[in-house]
Amino acid sequence: MPTSPSSMINQYKFEDESELRDLFITVDDPESHITAIETFITYRVVTKTSRSEFDSSEYEVRRRYQDFLWLKSKLEEAHPTLIIPPLPEKFIMKGMVERFSEEFIETRRKALHKFLNRIADHPTLTFNEDFKIFLTAQAWELSSHKKQGPGLLSRMGQTVRAVASSVRGGVKNRPEMFTEVNDYMETFSQKINVLDKIAHRIYKEEREYFNEMKEYGPIHTLWSASEEDIADSLKGVASCIDKCCKATEKRMAGLSENLLPIIHEYVLYSEILMGVLKRRDQIQGELDSKVDALANKKAEKDLITEEIGKLEDKVECANNALKADWDRWKQNMQYDMRSAFTNVAENNLRYYEECLATWESFLTSQTAALHVEEDSEDRP
Amino acid sequence: MEKQNERDTCCERPRMEDCLSKKIEITVSEAEKRTGRNAMNMQETYTAYLIETRAVESQNEGQCSPVDSLWRRYSEFELLRNYLLVIYPHIVVPPLPEKRADFVWHKLSADNMDPDFVERRRIGLENFLLRVASHPVLCQDNIFYSFLTQEGGWKEMVNETGFQLKADSRLKALNATFRVKNPDKRFTELKHYSDELQSVISHLLRVRARVADRLYGVYKVHGNYGRVFSEWSAIEKEMGDGLQSAGHHMDVYAASIDDILEEEEHYADQLKEYLFYAEALRAVCRKHELMQYDLEMAAQDLTSKKQQCEELATGTVRTFSLKGMTSKLFGQETPEQREAKIKVLEEQIQEGEEQLKSKNLEGRDFVKSAWADIERFKEQKNHDLKEALISYAVMQISMCKKGIQVWTNAKECFSKM
Repeated sequence: MPTSPSSMINQYKFEDESELRDLFITVDDPESHITAIETFITYRVVTKTSRSEFDSSEYEVRRRYQDFLWLKSKLEEAHPTLIIPPLPEKFIMKGMVERFSEEFIETRRKALHKFLNRIADHPTLTFNEDFKIFLTAQAWELSSHKKQGPGLLSRMGQTVRAVASSVRGGVKNRPEMFTEVNDYMETFSQKINVLDKIAHRIYKEEREYFNEMKEYGPIHTLWSASEEDIADSLKGVASCIDKCCKATEKRMAGLSENLLPIIHEYVLYSEILMGVLKRRDQIQGELDSKVDALANKKAEKDLITEEIGKLEDKVECANNALKADWDRWKQNMQYDMRSAFTNVAENNLRYYEECLATWESFLTSQTAALHVEEDSEDRP
Repeated sequence: MEKQNERDTCCERPRMEDCLSKKIEITVSEAEKRTGRNAMNMQETYTAYLIETRAVESQNEGQCSPVDSLWRRYSEFELLRNYLLVIYPHIVVPPLPEKRADFVWHKLSADNMDPDFVERRRIGLENFLLRVASHPVLCQDNIFYSFLTQEGGWKEMVNETGFQLKADSRLKALNATFRVKNPDKRFTELKHYSDELQSVISHLLRVRARVADRLYGVYKVHGNYGRVFSEWSAIEKEMGDGLQSAGHHMDVYAASIDDILEEEEHYADQLKEYLFYAEALRAVCRKHELMQYDLEMAAQDLTSKKQQCEELATGTVRTFSLKGMTSKLFGQETPEQREAKIKVLEEQIQEGEEQLKSKNLEGRDFVKSAWADIERFKEQKNHDLKEALISYAVMQISMCKKGIQVWTNAKECFSKM
């Protein structure tokens, strides 16, 4: 039985988590599978661990997107008020990325890798049984385990009841703290979506700039073919432009590898957080409706009182879990944003420093040549 | 007589110290919008440019010499240049800045009245005058001097020179280009070079405009960060300061592109000047082809006349001629008639030989003086373009340094988030 999250928060700060890691997961090697009914991609999931709960120290399994979806829903079920990391979307509506294009698969692979690692780093989720099975079970074992859980109908029933109770209560008696979180998330969600658009727009502009630059350098080389005296200068400029062109390609790549995925993850996170807040409200709502029922029904008082007692515990647990996870999420978010934007700044610095060096060396060569010319003219 | 003077002018080698540019300071200092009535009595808006001249010598003596000034519009500059083109066909005449904005990228307006365009044109016109004033031959021209100093009646003065009559017709020139048999090889090569130069500089300017457009986009989009960061910082406690100040630096970054690209426009103008110079080079080549063709035609004509003369004198018909046939059919001419014809031809032949001699001389003089100016031009071109490329490198270096500064600041802010 893991210790409660609120006590853990004092023990584990985010930076320490990576040092105390005993579970290492990678997601790679996408492979295409074609059956009569469908085509799908599987990814290799490799786990290395020193934990005693695991029978072996190394596992290698193949999983498809559906399996990740299953894991996420199981985690949400088990921990309704914990912040479960986001999964990459099923498919992308906008953009011309095809479902099985290399770019799409690679983006998805990285996001899935992130997803599993975030779970591994989470103080509670990392010990979840379904998570362990996901990492270790062979394909047929996983299928049979999946079938065991509560059926679709019962899960639907839960949802209906939850919606019904939330309609009546939950928000009314919501603790101040969670209203603050809700307000924060509304603004954060707005801003992160705008940032997502800006980051993509910057990437697009940089790529178009890169495309034009590719043509710019060679023209100077072409020109140098018609010249004698200035041929070297022209070739020098051509070479500088080509080098800057390569540098700008690196800058673009940095953006797409770092900032874009992080911002996108937090776009998804903001939706997840709204969901978590709702679920907390629903749990609260169940309690509130029972309390109302107690006020109305004179009979069955004892039964309802007992139920209320259980629900009060449930609400307290849910609130504590959420509070601890919220604090942890905020810290992570701060760290992720700081490092992502610092990385952007570093990429740009690297870009400008490379270009500067290129042009400075060209300038030196030109002015040195001029001095040589002047000297040779002075000599009798 | 006139021809004699022209030849003297183009054969003597004026010294650089005689150049007008050393004696007077020329600036095109202002541009003003004017309205007036054009030739068809319709109202039009145009820009007038103020040309100021001041003697250099008195400046050296520490005196503040008086500034003479007059206003000219673009069409008058064009008239001046057309005059120079006709009167000095052996000179690579400096080009005017473009009449209409070309190679625009989205920020620049293609409107002739746009203040940025007018400003760049003002600089281009000043450059044109300085180029002419420092040309050893052109600077001595009276019409040029009057252009700078005589406001009224200048147009009439130019037209009175009758230069338009001396201009070669386009058709004649085209015809000569196709039919000339032995042009000087150097001019043929020069023509190819000028074609290549024109093509490559156009291409370069087009791509540069597109690159500028994209670069503008990259910088300006970063400006969007400023506002979002500011709004986001409002809900953050620890991250707020870092975000806010980083946003400010992103605004600085976005704003910095305006100056950078404005400077680059001047570089583009330097290249444009040589794009237009290519046309001036071609004009000199065309003149040579025309003169050469003229010479070849004159020589051909002389040869055929000599032949005719010989045939009449000896009575033999070496080549088929319609005259020969008709005389065969309709009877021979009398000896007196034949004598008369021979005499006429002999006179024509003598005239033709003298003309051929002078055309030959003219042709050789032209080639000699044209080639001298072309060598001068080549040196100027190599010097100017090399400097332009260096200045481009300097601009890029400055842009990189600015970028490093902004992103260093931004990085510091981000690390405090």
